[in-house]
Amino acid sequence: MAKLKIEDLKKIKERVQGETALRAGERRVKVTVHMGTCGIAAGAREVMDTLMSEIEEAGVNDVVVTTSGCMGLCSREPEITVEILGQNPILYEFMNPNKMRQVFKRHILEGEVQTPFVLAKVTE
Amino acid sequence: MQELSMNILDIVENSTRAGATLVRIGITEDRTNDILRIEISDNGEGMDPDVARKALDPFYTSKTVRRVGLGLPLLSHAAKITGGRCTIESKKGKGTAVTADFGYRHIDRQPLGDLPTTMTTMIAGNPGVDFVYTHLSEGESYLLDTREVKNELEDVPINHPTVIQFLKENIRDGLKEIGAGY
Repeated sequence: MAKLKIEDLKKIKERVQGETALRAGERRVKVTVHMGTCGIAAGAREVMDTLMSEIEEAGVNDVVVTTSGCMGLCSREPEITVEILGQNPILYEFMNPNKMRQVFKRHILEGEVQTPFVLAKVTE
Repeated sequence: MQELSMNILDIVENSTRAGATLVRIGITEDRTNDILRIEISDNGEGMDPDVARKALDPFYTSKTVRRVGLGLPLLSHAAKITGGRCTIESKKGKGTAVTADFGYRHIDRQPLGDLPTTMTTMIAGNPGVDFVYTHLSEGESYLLDTREVKNELEDVPINHPTVIQFLKENIRDGLKEIGAGY
C-alpha cells in the first residue's frame, strides 16, 4: 500500500516551523476563491492551485487563502475576492492561472489593483 | 465538468457546507468488472428523506442565491451516460453518502483527471475538516488520512503552501505507484 512518508513530513514541519519563527507576520491579505459548482466547472481549481504555488514560490506567509460557495454570479466565474487589510475587498472575474499570477504579483504583493479584471469593488 | 475529479471537489463542498468534520473519499478502479466507483461519505447534518429524494433534481436547491443546484445532477448524469448510476443515502443528524458507478471503459466515461489537485484544493480550502482518501486499483491501494498528517505537523497548519505542495506531490507519486488509471 502506498502511503505518506512520515519522515518527509517531519522535514517539512521543521522547515516551516523555522520560517514562521523568522517572520511571525500578521494576516495581511485574505483571498477567497469562489468554489461552487459553477466556479469549479469554469476552472476555479486551477486558479486556486496557481495561487497556492505562487505563495509557496514567493515564500510569503501573510496571505491566507479560503474557499467559498457560489454567490449567484455564475456567468462570471471563476471569481476571486482579494481583501487587503484596511482596504475595500476587490472582486475579480473570469480568472485563469495567468491572470491569477498577475493579480498575485501586482495586487497582492505590490498593492496595485488590476482594474481590467475587476468585476466590482465591494463597499460596505 | 471536464473531469470526474472536479465533480468530486464539488460534492465534497456539499459535505463541508453540511458541517461535516470528516469526509471519506473512496475511488475503486475495478477493471476486471469494468466498474469505476466513486464514494463520498460525510458526518454532516444529513438530509430528510424527501430532500434526499429531490437532491438529484437540477431544479431543487437548498441555497437561496439562485434557483438551480447542479452538483449532484451533473455527477448523476456523468454516471448514467456510461451505463452506471448515482445513489444517495442520507440520515438526518448522521451524514450523507453518495455513490456513483461508471462503466470503466465506456467511451463517454470522463477521465478521473487531476486527483492530486482536487485533494489539495479541498484540504487547503477546509483546514478544519479531515479527509480520508482511499484509492484502490486492481488490488493495489493508496491511502491519505489528514488526521495522521495533522498529528505529525503539530502546530504547522495543514493549509501551509509548503505542506500543500508536498501533499500534492505525495498523492501524485502514490497514485503512480499503485498504477492508478485516468
